[in-house]
Amino acid sequence: MRKNSLNHSLLFQGGILMLLFLLQFILPTYHHSSVSKIMLLASYAIGYNFLLGYTGLMSLGHAMFFSSGMYSMGLGIYYLELSPLNGVIFSASFSLMVSLIFGLFALRTSGVSFLIVTLMFGQTFYLSILYFNEFTFGHDGFSLAKYLGSFVIFGKEYLFSNPDIRYNFALLLLTSYLLITTFILLSPVGRILIAIRENESRTQLLGYNVFYYKLFALVLSGTFSGVAGAMHGLLFSYIGTTFAEIHHSISPLLWTLLGGAGTVIGPLFGTGIMYYLIDFISEITKNYLLVVGIVLILMIIWFPLGIMGSVRRKWLKWLP
Amino acid sequence: MSTWLNDNGPLLFLALLDGTVTAFVLALIALGLSLVFGVMRIVNVAHGELFMLGAVLSWFAFDLTNDPLWGFLTALVLAPVIVGSIAIFSDRFILRKISYHPESTIVATIGLLYVIQQLTLMFFGPEVRPVEAPFYFRIQFPWFGYSGYKLLVAGMSALCLSGVWLLMKRSKLGLYMRATQQDIEIAKTFGVPTQKIYASVFALGGGLAALAGVLVVPIRQADHLMGLEPLLLSFIVVIIGGLGSIRGTIVAAFIIGISDGIISVFYEPTLAKMLATLLVAMVLVLKPGGLYGEDQA
Repeated sequence: MRKNSLNHSLLFQGGILMLLFLLQFILPTYHHSSVSKIMLLASYAIGYNFLLGYTGLMSLGHAMFFSSGMYSMGLGIYYLELSPLNGVIFSASFSLMVSLIFGLFALRTSGVSFLIVTLMFGQTFYLSILYFNEFTFGHDGFSLAKYLGSFVIFGKEYLFSNPDIRYNFALLLLTSYLLITTFILLSPVGRILIAIRENESRTQLLGYNVFYYKLFALVLSGTFSGVAGAMHGLLFSYIGTTFAEIHHSISPLLWTLLGGAGTVIGPLFGTGIMYYLIDFISEITKNYLLVVGIVLILMIIWFPLGIMGSVRRKWLKWLP
Repeated sequence: MSTWLNDNGPLLFLALLDGTVTAFVLALIALGLSLVFGVMRIVNVAHGELFMLGAVLSWFAFDLTNDPLWGFLTALVLAPVIVGSIAIFSDRFILRKISYHPESTIVATIGLLYVIQQLTLMFFGPEVRPVEAPFYFRIQFPWFGYSGYKLLVAGMSALCLSGVWLLMKRSKLGLYMRATQQDIEIAKTFGVPTQKIYASVFALGGGLAALAGVLVVPIRQADHLMGLEPLLLSFIVVIIGGLGSIRGTIVAAFIIGISDGIISVFYEPTLAKMLATLLVAMVLVLKPGGLYGEDQA
C-alpha cells in the first residue's frame, strides 16, 4: 500500500513539476516572473506545512526562519564576502541553529500557547533586525546586486537576476522540497509525525519520544523556510524587513490552509491561487488585504480541508 | 548613587508616572483578552483592532460634534456599544459556526483583523489623526508639569477595572461567567445559557478594548495600524499573568507597563519591546501556566 502511494504520488508530483518546467517556454514575461515567485513562496509554504500539516503545530512566527535565512545569506555575502553558494550553505546552517534553539524553548508549550510564543519570538526577531540597524540596514534593507556577480554554466555566463536562472533555480528548490517531504512522510518517521498530529498522548504511550520528533519537524520546517528565504534574497537581490513582519508569517498559513494542510502538493496550489487572486485584486483596489481577511474567514468556516484536502477525501485517497 | 538620583530623579519620577498610566490602559485592554480566553478558551487576534476602532470612532465623534468634551463623552458611551455589537455579530456568524475550535478561531480572527483594519483604512484613510483632549489641566510638579488628562485616564481605567471585578464577583452574570469558565457542560446542565454568556463575554472584551481606545486617543492619536502593538503587549501581559486570571492580568500589566516606561525613558522603545517579548519566552519556559495561571495552557 505504501509503495503504491509512493509511486502514485511521485508520478503525480512529477507531472506537475514537468508541467512547470515546460511552462517556462510558453509563458509571457510577466507570468514567467510571477510563476518563479510563486514557486519560491510555495517552497516556503511547503516548509511551513511540514510543521502544521504533519505535526499539527500551528506557528505564527515562520517569518523569523524565512528572514533569518535571508539575512544570514545577505549579510554573509556583504560582510564576510562569501560566494553565493557558500552564502546559501551558511544560511541553511544558521536557520537550522535558529530553529533548534527556538524549538528547545517553544516546544515546551503546545496549542494556543505555542501560537503566541511563536508570534512573540517572530516579533522579537523583527524588532532586533530594526534595533541593530547599523548592522542590518534596518527598515531600508539592502540590495545584493553589486556583490553577487555572475556564474558560469556550460561555458556561458549568467547573472542571478536572469529570468531563466530565477525560474529554474526556483523550480529546483521546489522539486527538492517536494521530494524530500514525500520521502520523509512515507517513511516510518513520517508515520510517527502523523500519529503525533492525530493523538499525541497515545503516541507517547506507545513509547515514542514525542518531543524529539516534534523538534525534528520544527527544525526541518525552519531550515526549509530559511533556505527558501535565502534563495528569495539571492534571486531577487533584495534583503528587507518586510520579510520578517508578522504579515509574512501569516501568509504561509493562509496558503497552506487554502491549498490543504497535510497534503504535500497543497501549498503550491494555495500559493498560486492566492498570488494571482491578490494580483488581480490589486488592480482594482489597494486594499487587497481585505480580501485576504474575507478568504481566511470563509475558508475556515466552509472549507477547512482546503483544496487538496477535499480532493484527497473525494478522489485521490493515496495523496500524501 | 545619590548624585545619580539627584540627576535622574525627576526623569525616574516621570518614567514611573508614564509607566503607571500605560499600565492601567494596558490592564484594561488585556483584561478583555483575558476574559475571552478564560471563559471561552479562545484567543481573539482581532482584539487590537477593536481597540483601534475605539480610537477611530472617538475621532469621528470629535469630528461630528466639533467639541472636545462632547465628542469625548459621546465616544465614551457609543464606542463600546458599537464595538460590542460588532463583537456579538462576529460571535454569532463566525465563531459559533466553527464551534470555538481554538486554532480555527485564531485563523478566523486573523481574517477579522484584516477585514476591520482594511475597512477602517477605506473609511478613515491612512492618515494619523489627532483628537483633542476633553480638557487641559496641568499638574505642576517641582520639576515639570504633567498632563492632568493622563491621570484621568489612569483613574477611569482603575474605575473600569474595579467595575469588571465587581461584575465578576458580585453579579449573576459574573456567576454565570465563572461557572462557564470552570466547566461548560455542568454549567449548561444547571441551566446557564452558555451561548448567551459567550456572546456577552465576547462583547464585554471588545467593549473594554474600545473603551481603552477612546481613553488613549487624546494622548497618542488615531491611525488604522495602531492595533498591533497593544495586541502584542496584551498577549505578553496575559501570558505572564496566566491565561484567564484577572488578578494575574492586572499584576502583569503593572510589571510590563512600568518597566516599559522606565526602559523607554532611559534607553530606547525598541529595546523595551524586545526585552518584554523575550521576558514572555522566559516566563513560559519556567512557568508554562503564567504567574497566577491554573496551568491549563
